[in-house]
Amino acid sequence: MSPAKPTKAVPTLAGFAAARPLHWNSWVAGVVCLVVGVIIPVLNVGPSPRSAFHISDFFVTLVGKLTCYGIVAVAMDLVWGYAGVLSLCHAVFFALGGYAMGMYLMRAIGTEGNYRSLLPDFMVFLDWKELPWYWEGFNRFGFAMAMALIVPGVVAFIFGFFAFRSRIGGVYFSIVTQALTYAAMLLFFRNATGFGGNNGLTDFKRILGYPLREPSTRAALCAITGLALGLTYALCRYIIGSRAGRVMTAMRDAEAKVRFSGYDPVAYKLFAWTVSAMLCGLAGALYVPQVGIINPSEMQPSSSVEIAIWVAVGGRGTLAGAILGAFLVNGAKSWLTVAFPTAWLYFLGVLFVVVTLVVPGGIVESFSGLLKGGGFLTKYFGGLGVKRAAAGPETAAAAPVSTGGPGVGEEQEQP
Amino acid sequence: MSAQLQVDKVTVSFDGFRALNDLTLHLEAGELRCIVGPNGAGKTTLMDIITGKTRPDVGTVTFEGKDITRFAEHEIVALGIGRKFQRPTVFPGHTVFENLELTSHGPKGVFKMLFARLTADQRQAIEKTLELIGLTDHATRLAGLLSHGQKQWLEIGMLLIQQPKLLLVDEPVAGMTQQEIERTEEILSGLAGAHTVVVVEHDMDFVRSIAQKVTVLHEGSVLAEGQMSDVQNDPKVVEVYLGA
Ligand SMILES: Nc1ncnc2c1ncn2[C@@H]1O[C@H](COP(=O)(O)OP(=O)(O)OP(=O)(O)O)[C@@H](O)[C@H]1O
Ligand SMILES: [Mg+2]
Repeated sequence: MSPAKPTKAVPTLAGFAAARPLHWNSWVAGVVCLVVGVIIPVLNVGPSPRSAFHISDFFVTLVGKLTCYGIVAVAMDLVWGYAGVLSLCHAVFFALGGYAMGMYLMRAIGTEGNYRSLLPDFMVFLDWKELPWYWEGFNRFGFAMAMALIVPGVVAFIFGFFAFRSRIGGVYFSIVTQALTYAAMLLFFRNATGFGGNNGLTDFKRILGYPLREPSTRAALCAITGLALGLTYALCRYIIGSRAGRVMTAMRDAEAKVRFSGYDPVAYKLFAWTVSAMLCGLAGALYVPQVGIINPSEMQPSSSVEIAIWVAVGGRGTLAGAILGAFLVNGAKSWLTVAFPTAWLYFLGVLFVVVTLVVPGGIVESFSGLLKGGGFLTKYFGGLGVKRAAAGPETAAAAPVSTGGPGVGEEQEQP
Repeated sequence: MSAQLQVDKVTVSFDGFRALNDLTLHLEAGELRCIVGPNGAGKTTLMDIITGKTRPDVGTVTFEGKDITRFAEHEIVALGIGRKFQRPTVFPGHTVFENLELTSHGPKGVFKMLFARLTADQRQAIEKTLELIGLTDHATRLAGLLSHGQKQWLEIGMLLIQQPKLLLVDEPVAGMTQQEIERTEEILSGLAGAHTVVVVEHDMDFVRSIAQKVTVLHEGSVLAEGQMSDVQNDPKVVEVYLGA
């Protein structure tokens, strides 16, 4: 980079559009990973249950689950926030990873199922005599783990290849992904598909020989999930910090211009899209042993929309914001679905509307705005008394910067 | 020797309206060609055809002997054809430096770019270009915050740094001051010879001062072609365009 000039006083919105990492992003992600990966598991296993420092098993599992969602949110932010492709089928990739792990866990039950058969219970129930061919190999953990990444990756690659090549973009792409979600869900609901129908896969006993009921196993899974979140964050941070990442954000802002600069947007979208799908598969594989079940309801079209909401709430194009959004929305969901079971969906809807209208940059932007003295909160609460000057006319000038889908370049070209 | 770029008998219709009508245009390597014509004559559409943005209904485009009529945009760029749009198009959310980095000459594949660092040559080229377009002091500013004229310059810089063999420049001096216009003249004239340059421009003074050969488009076809002095006196041309 050329020497930093004082013009570096980047206004918040423009900073967001430029995908320039807010410097504390990695700190936020690092702290979350440390808490989930180390502190919570240690405080669960270490102190005696009567100690004030003890963290309950219930809480460990909840946090482990939220962290899986955090991985999905980061993956979504990579493809949506940076590459400008809004996917509404990420829940499918998540579920595919989950099913791959679920298949391993089913096979690991051995003959301890209700029917004392080597076959999974649901197959005995359906009167199947032998394992379908695609269940072969899932008795091995390594194979199942690889499949949890490869299957979503391959599905995403094939689907993305045709969609991106035919230049299906923007809202049309999102609609097609919803259709894919729906089709996948219907497929997995069928008993004949061989994944347990609407009951899915459940009643797992152990993973790699460790009993899943044991709190220590749960704590270890939570720790591993925290680590996985950290690696996911680091990978995505590397990608967007690379020159390829700058091509992606340029593509998000002005796809036509990227083409005329010699880049093939299909390759860049396909890359971000496939990596993102594989990360979702990883999250799904970590999720299933912790919650103990995977069924087709994970593939509901609305689950995919929820993922986009986490990212929007947290702040698109920040990575750390996606993590915060996933924790916040799902934490609230865990509480509200118990406290006000019927009102939960209204809450989610209102939240989304409020965020898009009032803080389009998400919570991350409103907080960084508060610190810099330029954001929405400042308008109402004042800027914590710190420099206000930075966000002068430049903020206004940067406002039209579009982070929308393709076609922006074409628009600019129109007379 | 056949011409470097050959546009042969190209017709393009939009909903039955013929934006280009059986148009043929040949360019020799190293030439500086101006294309003029009234609004809607099809000048921008011609550039769209050459760069693969629009596909012709009939006709072919050949570059250095290769039929590029059906090539994708980025493949055409890779062959060495660069373009500056009529309205300045830069990457608004990236800094000026990054805009030039994005268009630097070099590999463009996603896996290469994941690990690519700017080479010393590329960095030098960017710094030279920044100086040439007078934006050295704005290198770390977001391109979206530049003035209209500065965006024009930046886009010219982005075109130059690609090191194309053929440059298509659509109305480069719109919105520029007289001083800036003269500077653009200098740059474009300096490029001719080593590069082939096609300039679309409404500003006739500008055309007069840089043109070697001029093509006049009218209603999607070539109305006249030749030296500026000849074309200027062509009665057909005077009638539809210059006389106005
Ligand atoms: N994508 C399109 N769809 C429909 N009509 C189009 C399209 N592109 C161009 N046209 C029409 O084709 C004609 C030629 O347009 P073009 O932009 O090539 O003209 P031009 O010579 O560049 O004009 P100007 O001097 O105004 O830039 C115009 O009438 C225009 O409306
Ligand atoms: Mg035009």
